[in-house]
Amino acid sequence: MMDLLINSSYFAVLLTIGAFYAGQAVRRRTGLDIANPLLIAVLIVIAVLLALGVDIETYQAGAQFVSWLLTPATVCLALPLYRQISVLRRNAAAAITGVLMGVLSSAVFIALLALVLGLNARETATLLPKSVTTAIGVGISEELGGIPALTVAAIILTGLCGNLMARPLCRLLKITDPVARGLTIGASSHAIGTAKALEMGEVEGAMSSAAVAVCGLVTVFAAPLFMRFFA
Amino acid sequence: MSLIFEFGVILAVCLAGELLHALLPLPVPASIYGLCLLLLLLLTGVVKERQIARASGFLLDIMALLFVPAAAGILAVRDEASRLLLPLMIAVLPVTAGVMAVTGLSVQAVRRRQRKNK
Repeated sequence: MMDLLINSSYFAVLLTIGAFYAGQAVRRRTGLDIANPLLIAVLIVIAVLLALGVDIETYQAGAQFVSWLLTPATVCLALPLYRQISVLRRNAAAAITGVLMGVLSSAVFIALLALVLGLNARETATLLPKSVTTAIGVGISEELGGIPALTVAAIILTGLCGNLMARPLCRLLKITDPVARGLTIGASSHAIGTAKALEMGEVEGAMSSAAVAVCGLVTVFAAPLFMRFFA
Repeated sequence: MSLIFEFGVILAVCLAGELLHALLPLPVPASIYGLCLLLLLLLTGVVKERQIARASGFLLDIMALLFVPAAAGILAVRDEASRLLLPLMIAVLPVTAGVMAVTGLSVQAVRRRQRKNK
């Protein structure tokens, strides 16, 4: 009876949806930026699997219907990018600077970190795409031989960190220009940071979400080059 | 536009993305080929925004949920995860602050120069 329940793909899908719904409820109730629904959902799923003694492989096999939608969802990121193209064109010089500096500085810092701590290629590939949006970052990690599950963790934590640091850091460094603020947040902390940029203002939100998509695409091509030179 | 048609367009782009991934020798995920292809189709007007708006709105809305199974996979790599804890923390905290500082200050410098030239 228990086995039947656990092996059913409905159990895995329902657990996924239920955990995410609970995560969203916690975010709404507390209103805290750090209460990220995905993070909470993952913790709930792990706790339930451990409590019921279900292997992760059984759960993932059942939840493959959820994961299957990832590729179509990632493809659909083209739509928000398409809508932001006019904003990017209007601020071309700033946008190009922001995207290049964001992608390069992130890759250089991670390459230095890998060099100093002596990380192997698999570990470097895991951390390299940590500033880009999850859909693109996980793909990069897989292509370069990283550990996708850990890349997801690094990406969520980076997003939360960027979300929380955005205001104080902009104040400290006297980054007052809304276009600069938006590009900075999008390039460093993708969609989770963008939530904060949207709170700051319309220009910040638009520039941030445009930067997320473009930085993701540029990183797809930049990351393999960095792997070749540094790892 | 019928929802079935909308999903059909998106899935066709996914299929084309997988074909490109198999044919081209670049380390680019199939989904990214699909993303670029769909952007190209939108920019050239072959696919109109309203032809995919509802289906893609749904998929984008539930995107975060779709990562739960992959992220829970951290259970399977517990040992590696604990070994990577320190590099992960450094990659998250100081590196993110560093990326923000470098990006923000350089964009602000460009914006200032632009304003002066006007």
